[in-house]
Amino acid sequence: MAAKSSGKPKKTTKKESSSKKQKFSKETYIKWYKDMLLMRKFEEKAGQLYIQQKFGGFCHLYIGQEAVVAGTVSATKPTDFHMTAYRDHAHPIGLGTDVRKLMAELYGRETGVSKGKGGSMHFFDKEKNFLGGHGIVGAQIPMGAGVAFAEKYKGTDNVTMVSFGDGAARQGALHETFNMAMLWKLPVIFIVENNNYAMGTSVERTTNVMDLSKLGSSYEMPSFVVNGMSPEEVHEAVAMAAERARKGEGPTLLDIKTYRYKGHSMSDPQKYRTKDEVKEYQSKDPIEHCLKVIKDNSYLTEEEIKEIQDWVANEIKEAIEFAENSDYPSKDELYKDVYKTEDYPFIIEY
Amino acid sequence: MKTVQFREALREAMSEEMRRDENVFLMGEEVAEYNGAYKVSQGMLDEFGDKRVIDTPIAELGFTGIAVGASMNGLRPIVEFMTWNFAILAADQIINSAAKMLQMSGGQYHCPIVFRGGNGQAGQLAATHSQAFESFYAHVPGLKVVTPSNPADAKGLLKSAIRDEDPIVFLESEKMYGDKGEIPEGEYLIPIGLADVKRKGKDVTIVSFGKIIKEAHKAADELKKEGIECEVIDLRTVRPIDYGTVVESIKKTNRCVVVEESWPLASISSEIAYHLQRYAFDYLDAPVMRVTQSDTPFPFSPTLMEEGLPNVNRIIKAVKATMYKN
Ligand SMILES: Cc1ncc(C[n+]2csc(CCOP(=O)(O)OP(=O)(O)O)c2C)c(N)n1
Ligand SMILES: [Mg+2]
Repeated sequence: MAAKSSGKPKKTTKKESSSKKQKFSKETYIKWYKDMLLMRKFEEKAGQLYIQQKFGGFCHLYIGQEAVVAGTVSATKPTDFHMTAYRDHAHPIGLGTDVRKLMAELYGRETGVSKGKGGSMHFFDKEKNFLGGHGIVGAQIPMGAGVAFAEKYKGTDNVTMVSFGDGAARQGALHETFNMAMLWKLPVIFIVENNNYAMGTSVERTTNVMDLSKLGSSYEMPSFVVNGMSPEEVHEAVAMAAERARKGEGPTLLDIKTYRYKGHSMSDPQKYRTKDEVKEYQSKDPIEHCLKVIKDNSYLTEEEIKEIQDWVANEIKEAIEFAENSDYPSKDELYKDVYKTEDYPFIIEY
Repeated sequence: MKTVQFREALREAMSEEMRRDENVFLMGEEVAEYNGAYKVSQGMLDEFGDKRVIDTPIAELGFTGIAVGASMNGLRPIVEFMTWNFAILAADQIINSAAKMLQMSGGQYHCPIVFRGGNGQAGQLAATHSQAFESFYAHVPGLKVVTPSNPADAKGLLKSAIRDEDPIVFLESEKMYGDKGEIPEGEYLIPIGLADVKRKGKDVTIVSFGKIIKEAHKAADELKKEGIECEVIDLRTVRPIDYGTVVESIKKTNRCVVVEESWPLASISSEIAYHLQRYAFDYLDAPVMRVTQSDTPFPFSPTLMEEGLPNVNRIIKAVKATMYKN
């Protein structure tokens, strides 16, 4: 966490040489590395397969932003809830969804997480408390608060994480939701995955207040700016916000500064930014960072690192095989999952 | 005549009207610096500057409301929605404000405004990104709803829409922007509210509009090989509907199939079928048939998508059914 937007700036934990005593355990670094590598490789492959027209639709990659999910997942419990936008491949991977089912969803196969009915933008995994994948920009902001509302209603201490982009932060629903979330002290964490661009529009071209954490100010919502290239800082911020939520103290806004290395979707010429800007962020890559900590502290031998890399490569290979060997949904699935009501009288003509 | 893409025809219409009337301006997401998400407004920022070609944040309700207010106060906004699916967030301002202003104010205020953007499915974009809104907006008194199917109509109709004193919903398609077609060289306008008989035939009338009419044309080509002559009517505007042209055609063919991209319940096809049984009952030799999107949200998977789409085969079947043939 860098700064609290209202009140005193919070001290940041400076990490000089990563071989010093670490705040986070060896296991945590290994898990971050493994999970983020799986996200990265899954999406690199997905991007290639998309270009080869193995599947259709839109395809928005999270590459570069992985530390946001990694730090969020390590700071929360399996009983907590997660919801995000259409840039949704990494979230279920971080939560442990089988990449086979995710690849099959990209391919529109019946074995996909959403039975092939949702595609890239609509991953859902109820087993992992992952409530989607939403294509309408900002729609998940109130819905995420609603998931939290239900947990509070039921009297649990579970927290809901709802992620949205810097572009989505401009939707009016954010303000309505922030107001009610504060009024009702909902156990929700609003996570801005602030990659500085909404398609081709930079944050500075949409607002005169560059500090998005100030969006919480008029509701007196505790709000923090977080370095999203660092899983450690994301973890600390989310852990703090989750603790507040569990204690009944209500929502927190985290403006997590991150970066997408790739275009908005697969058809983005990226004229709105420079190659140097991309390179600068790539030099702070969270996967490389975790690998360095692991090596500097001898958490793993070269061989063990290789084993992880091979395991990841094999997971992706098997995921593609699984997807390509799966069937498309049968035609009668068109009329299934539309209503819970059985025998709903659809109008069916030619 | 010259050949242009659909997107160029739209751009010409907007640019010509902006040169003609300084109160016309364009606003929307990515319309200026990015030259439009689908490149409809390419180059317009360069010509007209950022006073008149305006990038907005992703805030559909807010910027649409601002445009409606501007239209009440003498300006003539063109609001581009990246697609009409996202305009659902702005539906309040379109339906509750723009459509009602003239009547509520007892004729004092009106909204000369054009809302335009891509409508309907554009490949495997799944449920929220694939909706066709013709009947949805046609339902609302106070709006006019325009549904061009080719570049020439698009240009002439958009120019009329920009000059119209009433709020216009103008429905395009990501899948048509690249379509090429001939348009007249000089300035021309096409009046809103007139259908166009795109193909003459004596056996069955196919009524359609917007991009799905392309499937109707293909079906007509196929059927011709079997000796069935279809008349294809392009409504071009679904509010108001040019019922006269449809009834005249039915008097000749006595059979009708309506083809539309949206869902069947409370649709343009139900409206046409109602109108024909009410005003052309004695001329019908068969029930009015229709081909629509499946009565379901639009699924992602290619197989399910194909199953739900109105297509050539389904149209051929429906046409034959009106002739009691298989
Ligand atoms: C309501 C709505 N308006 C517009 C769009 C089109 N659109 C999809 S993504 C996007 C940009 C969103 O940017 P941001 O919220 O920053 O998320 P990022 O893509 O950077 O993750 C836009 C305009 C949409 N899907 N929904
Ligand atoms: Mg963004």
